[in-house]
Amino acid sequence: MKKIIALVLCLVMVFALCACGESNTTTTAPAAGSATEAPADEPAAAGSVYYLNFKPEQDQQWQDLAKSYTEQTGVPVTVVTAASGTYEETLAAEMAKSEAPTLFQVNGPVGLANWKDYCYDLSGTPLYGELTNDSFALKDGDQVLGIAYVIESYGIIANKTLLEKAGHSIDEINSFETLKAVVEDITARKDELGFSAFTSAGMDGSSDWRFKTHLANLPIYFEYKEDGISSTPAIKGTYLDNYKAIWDLYINNATCDPKELSGKTGSDAENEMLNGEAVFFQNGSWEYGALSAKLSDDDMVMIPIYIGVGDEPNQGLCTGTENFWCVNKDAGEENVQATLDFLYWCVTSEEGTNALANDMGFVIPFKNAVESSNLFVKQDAAYTAEGKTPVSWNFTTMPSEEWKNGVGSALTAYAAGTGDWDAVVTAFVDGWATEYQLVNG
Amino acid sequence: MQKNIKRLWPLFLLPTFAAFVIGFIIPFIQGVYLSFCKFQTVNKATFVGLSNYVKAFADTQFSHAFWFTVRFTVVSTLLINILALIIALFLTRGIKGTNLFRTVFFMPNLIGGIVLGYIWQILLNCVLSLLGKPLLALDSTYGYWGLIILMCWQQIGYMMIIYIAGLQSIPNDYMEAAKIDGATTWQTLWHVKLPNLMPSITICSFLSLTNSFKLFDQNLALTAGEPAHMSEMLALNIYNTFYVRSGIQWKGIGQAKAVIFCIIVVLISLIQLKATRSKEVQQ
Amino acid sequence: MAKKTRTGNAVITGIFVVFCLAWVYPVVMVVLNSFKVESAISTNTAFELPTAGTFAGLSNFADALSSKGFLSAFWYSLVITVTSVVLILICCSMCAWFITRVNNWVSKLCYFLFVFSMVVPFQMLMFTLSSISDRLGLNTPYNICLIYLGFGAGLAVFMFCGFVKSIPIEIEEAAMIDGCGPVRTFFLVVLPMLKPTVVSVGILETMWLWNDYLLPYLVLDRKKYTTIPILIQYFRGSYGKVEMGPMMACIVLTIIPIIIVYIAGQKHIIKGVSAGAVKG
Repeated sequence: MKKIIALVLCLVMVFALCACGESNTTTTAPAAGSATEAPADEPAAAGSVYYLNFKPEQDQQWQDLAKSYTEQTGVPVTVVTAASGTYEETLAAEMAKSEAPTLFQVNGPVGLANWKDYCYDLSGTPLYGELTNDSFALKDGDQVLGIAYVIESYGIIANKTLLEKAGHSIDEINSFETLKAVVEDITARKDELGFSAFTSAGMDGSSDWRFKTHLANLPIYFEYKEDGISSTPAIKGTYLDNYKAIWDLYINNATCDPKELSGKTGSDAENEMLNGEAVFFQNGSWEYGALSAKLSDDDMVMIPIYIGVGDEPNQGLCTGTENFWCVNKDAGEENVQATLDFLYWCVTSEEGTNALANDMGFVIPFKNAVESSNLFVKQDAAYTAEGKTPVSWNFTTMPSEEWKNGVGSALTAYAAGTGDWDAVVTAFVDGWATEYQLVNG
Repeated sequence: MQKNIKRLWPLFLLPTFAAFVIGFIIPFIQGVYLSFCKFQTVNKATFVGLSNYVKAFADTQFSHAFWFTVRFTVVSTLLINILALIIALFLTRGIKGTNLFRTVFFMPNLIGGIVLGYIWQILLNCVLSLLGKPLLALDSTYGYWGLIILMCWQQIGYMMIIYIAGLQSIPNDYMEAAKIDGATTWQTLWHVKLPNLMPSITICSFLSLTNSFKLFDQNLALTAGEPAHMSEMLALNIYNTFYVRSGIQWKGIGQAKAVIFCIIVVLISLIQLKATRSKEVQQ
Repeated sequence: MAKKTRTGNAVITGIFVVFCLAWVYPVVMVVLNSFKVESAISTNTAFELPTAGTFAGLSNFADALSSKGFLSAFWYSLVITVTSVVLILICCSMCAWFITRVNNWVSKLCYFLFVFSMVVPFQMLMFTLSSISDRLGLNTPYNICLIYLGFGAGLAVFMFCGFVKSIPIEIEEAAMIDGCGPVRTFFLVVLPMLKPTVVSVGILETMWLWNDYLLPYLVLDRKKYTTIPILIQYFRGSYGKVEMGPMMACIVLTIIPIIIVYIAGQKHIIKGVSAGAVKG
């Protein structure tokens, strides 16, 4: 009997000790953490910024900007960039941590739905006051939960020099039919010319968003426009034949066999463009930095993506945003304040606006914006000035990442010949309804 | 003596056990609890009963992942063990270069799953594209066989070492006796070597079975579940449900899937151990 | 008869030589590719040898070493592996001795729990474990070993227990009668006898820790720390690009130390693995 009592006591003690050990570590751990960071922290008031950045193309520029801000103010700013295609995954993991990101991004109303419980209300902040247009705020009722910080355009980037070598001019192209004629002529004389019409439409994770998201925007845009809506629980797929036509054009006139697309990466396409192996490259204004390293402004032009729908001569580039800043309201008052200060500095100070406009090549919707030196951005403005209608970004209303992946897989399989177009249609139309149901139901 | 040691439990038992409580018991219990909740972080959880399990069972991708995993596990366990045993039988015959062969075959074991996955992705894609076949990410059959080849490459060496040790520990008398009785090579194999190898077979099949069933890194690196989740195994499916799908309900469903997965793995291990242990002979 | 087996053996040796070459080929292929320029590493050219036109010299290695923090990742991987293995070996051998020698329901329960933890898949704990380690601040390479001790204890305790059982208890009793306390008995008498198992467990745990991807990926503070497997996963897709050249170089730089360690200690490693399996 004695033995048993002793044992029970032992066990109780084990657990008590464990509990103690645990609570001890709980209290000491943060202390230890802050102790190591103390030297950096002390000069500034308090608070730090942790930005989980969405745009891998601009990672280095953000790191530099953050460093410079820390040097000037002493406020520590950490920028972590999620690998492309893994933003939601990284955000979900990071938000569960005690040192969660103070600043994160959502892609629009669909993304906001998942994270709105974590978003600080930005109405009344100086940052919100700097916005040039209220349409760049992401609202939920009266609350301003997200603020767009960049407006971007995408289309088909063309190498004018190569195009002229092939005996064509960019002015010829003003509709899907004319684009197709030029492209197919280049393909027919591919061996003689020494270059192809399109870069590889890579479907590797680093590049597939160009087609499963950006290109898919066009049929969605025209369908919304026709139906006079701005989002839908069930897409009809009215213009999927046009989607097929442009996709066929991309894959059959590219630098590589369509079978190999699944392994082709974003860098592959970029290198092909830089090495003059192809004339056309579907991408956006964010690529300017990488392309301008080798191609001059006179070489490049961005034209709208024509899919043979609507008033083509008056179609502009696809312009919009899927980048909204959200401040984590659970990050603690000091950190929230530090984050707001940092953002305000980014969009108002000379250094910040310069970095955003020139280093990152962004057009920012804030009052103090510096005019960007980005060629594609300038072209977008020119198109609008000519009275062309920009195509809005509706892929922010796509029901989920899963939907995009489904379409992407079907597109890849179709290109390789292992799947047919019906599978793409199923993934596009039925997948939309299923996913919408899952996400909102 | 027992008493003397028992007094010192804070020194001997406690450090490991405390870490075990933090690193296993608490997360495990919390994990079971969270599988009945809707949650985004551990502290913000609301109890929802069995609905996560209902949704997990209704998920066709999950059941596809289950059957894919089963097919993979069966074939890879059989292949790994049979091939490893054959190699072990040859390498215990005293042929030249035995040591070198052993060293080489064991090597892939030291390379991690992520690295292995990428090495084989490059290699298999190259083979496939030279053959004019669709790449790994396009056809789950290639993805399936790719995973099996990868798994064999990695695990055969390890299992082979265990089998060699098992073969070497068979008492010489048995072999002598078999020889004197005029047993053929096959008979010796079936009636002397194999029964005495049963402990090794138990270990090896247990290890390869659980390794295959719980495979994650290799799956992530080699195919990442492409095309359209068709080559996704259970562990990856759970991870994807948990972290990749956005929306508050998915974490609970992912956790419920993890509990189901855990139960399956425990059951399989128990059944497997029972089945092979019963065939072991006492020496 | 003897001649027949000899030629038979020669044929087998020949087959095995071919087999071995095939076995090391994937590694050789990566090494060759790491010397090629990036545009020459694509799906259909991976088998080609580097030529004068595609030879990149050491530039991929320079890129891998300089750009993405390879050295720090290597250091963190090393720190995690060494601290965790040492901790697991010391703590678990002590724990196993205690469990085996003290024969009551507490140790039986512990043993059962440890064995149970061996089969539980990591996905079951991934979320809760990362949130606990985050709350306790166990998210740096320097103290993540505590998490590893907890999560990795199962296998180690199980293997140590198997061996301790086979040690005759009389030796320890004799030591105690000679005036050794349990602590001295353990460290001076038991531990030296456990050496082969320490080697086996050490090897197994090192292989696991050095290559582990998901646990550090979820647990470590992502703002500051990466390990080698995380870094390699990061080369794919991060920054919108796939830098095959540096990735190949990175893989080579990761594999080479392992192979060196392996070749240097292969006798012990192979012995350790087989010893561990037979006992377990």
